[in-house]
Amino acid sequence: MIEIRNITKTYLNDDVETQVLKGVSFSVKDGEFVAIMGPSGSGKSTLMHILGALDTPTSGQYFLDGKDVSDLSDDELADIRRSKIGFVFQSFNLLPRATVMRNVEMPLLYSRVPKEEREEKAKAALISAGLSNDRFYHLSNQLSGGQMQRVAIARSLVNDPALILADEPTGNLDTKTGDIVLATFQKLNESGKTVVLITHEQYVAEHAERIIHIRDGVILEDKKNENRLVKKLQ
Amino acid sequence: MNLSDLFEETFFALFSNKVRSGLTILGIIIGIGSVVATLSIGQGVSNSIQSNIASIGSNLIMVTPGAQQSGLVRQSAGSATTLTLDDANAVQSQITDAQYVAPQISRSYQAVAGGNNENVQVIGTTPDYANIRSLNMLYGSFITNSQVTAIDPVAVLGPTTSDNLFGQGVDPVGKTVKINNVIFTVVGVTYPKGSSGFVNQDDMIVIPVTVAQHYLSGGNNVSSITIQAPNQQSIPLIQQEVTDLLLQRHNISNPQNADFTVTNEADIIATVSSITTTFTIFLASIAGISLLVGGIGIMNMMLTTVTERTREIGLRKAIGAKSRDITMQFLIEAALLTVIGGILGIIFGAAISALLSKFASVTTQVSAFSVALSFGVSAAIGLIFGYYPAKKAAQLSPIEALRYE
Repeated sequence: MIEIRNITKTYLNDDVETQVLKGVSFSVKDGEFVAIMGPSGSGKSTLMHILGALDTPTSGQYFLDGKDVSDLSDDELADIRRSKIGFVFQSFNLLPRATVMRNVEMPLLYSRVPKEEREEKAKAALISAGLSNDRFYHLSNQLSGGQMQRVAIARSLVNDPALILADEPTGNLDTKTGDIVLATFQKLNESGKTVVLITHEQYVAEHAERIIHIRDGVILEDKKNENRLVKKLQ
Repeated sequence: MNLSDLFEETFFALFSNKVRSGLTILGIIIGIGSVVATLSIGQGVSNSIQSNIASIGSNLIMVTPGAQQSGLVRQSAGSATTLTLDDANAVQSQITDAQYVAPQISRSYQAVAGGNNENVQVIGTTPDYANIRSLNMLYGSFITNSQVTAIDPVAVLGPTTSDNLFGQGVDPVGKTVKINNVIFTVVGVTYPKGSSGFVNQDDMIVIPVTVAQHYLSGGNNVSSITIQAPNQQSIPLIQQEVTDLLLQRHNISNPQNADFTVTNEADIIATVSSITTTFTIFLASIAGISLLVGGIGIMNMMLTTVTERTREIGLRKAIGAKSRDITMQFLIEAALLTVIGGILGIIFGAAISALLSKFASVTTQVSAFSVALSFGVSAAIGLIFGYYPAKKAAQLSPIEALRYE
């Protein structure tokens, strides 16, 4: 599913080279729920950008679904993101004046899916993400934080991606709504989705099956999560 | 993205920002509207001048006294008295191609009839004048050749002149009118023709040319000779024949030194057209400046929009939009703004020109050309001024854009 081999990433700022990732290797199997954990400055955001095909590594290889995506052009990366990856962000990134449906349908616009099919898929995704159907035509800025994040999760699901990549998805939520969002990810994972969660919080990471600790651009620890927290949706 | 989806997204984005979109569109409306209005005024004025000139008569050749231009100096023009009635008669008898020939002596006099008097243009001419000017009679008849030969003091009045001197709707045939202390018998009144640019053909008195020479101006000279050619094609030939004949009669060997000028109607129309065209271009370029300002307004708004929607752009890229998709989205937004502004501007400009023709007695004409031009220009402005912001949006890195606060 995901295989990264000895990935490095070096940024050049005013002739000063900063190596953010110093040779990272791991693989994620289909249907796994992995948390990548580390403090800020550890390189986890950079790792997420590479995993999300938003950026390419300086060296090393990244295989997504068996395809080497470590050296693709911008447009090819856009195709990979569109077809294989669903993003969930800390700050939701919804279009504020657009309806819930419009937000969820948006990725399908770029896949040229016809309108009726878009609506069907968007509704199915919203149901999977656990949003009640009386909210489907609300404007997204009229929703609560938890509801917004569920809309964002539905948007990440709508293209039926191989990988859901969540970057601090509970960072802007209180514990209770955060738990609901984490429970939603667990439910999606049970239904077969591969989920990679990036976080700096131990508590959030403990909802995953496996935790990869990263610090100063290298993996400190990569092990199965023995005391996994399991949340159930009501 | 499908084109229809792209348009839907664009409408949505513009509608989300009603006030800003509205103000930007307003800039384009004013720009396009003033271009359309200006062009319509130019077109209308030019058309009305041309039809005025055409209503004087068609296929006309005018001979006026005064030397033709030699170098930069035009000698003794206007007041020259080099054309005579004999010249006119010679043209009439020798230029067989000419359909009608009418010498004219034209001057303003005070005309008196009963208690009324009026300053009026008095034209001494021959019966051909009625044919050349396409004059029809309301009452009585036009002057005749025998009256010209007999130097009969008879007068044909324009309808306005008749109304002013004898009262509205009165048939003045047989009554007398005093011009410069000479008593004329009214023999006819012409049918109303309307004012036509240079000459008000309804406010004039026509008398035999011989009478004008004997009783009013004295001497044998005439102020112009008008010749009507049978058709457009024969104009250059007749013009040449008249020039040759008059040069010979005036004993002038070098055409450069001619003491008369032969022009034709087409020349006058061409001159007037070139003046109105220059005038229209001048006005349109002023209007074009406001269009340019409108275009800069578009660019300004699009740049603001791109900055404001940086995160949205980042998100769109993250979920799979290619640079091309982003470019198209912002380019179409800009183009749609200008096209909406262009359509409304055309309506606005047409309304202005309609109001001008209704209330300011300026003839205007909105031509298909000016509409097409404005529409094309507005779409082009959208694409030109939208290109830079759209390119800027497309070049944003998704990572940077998503981080943007």
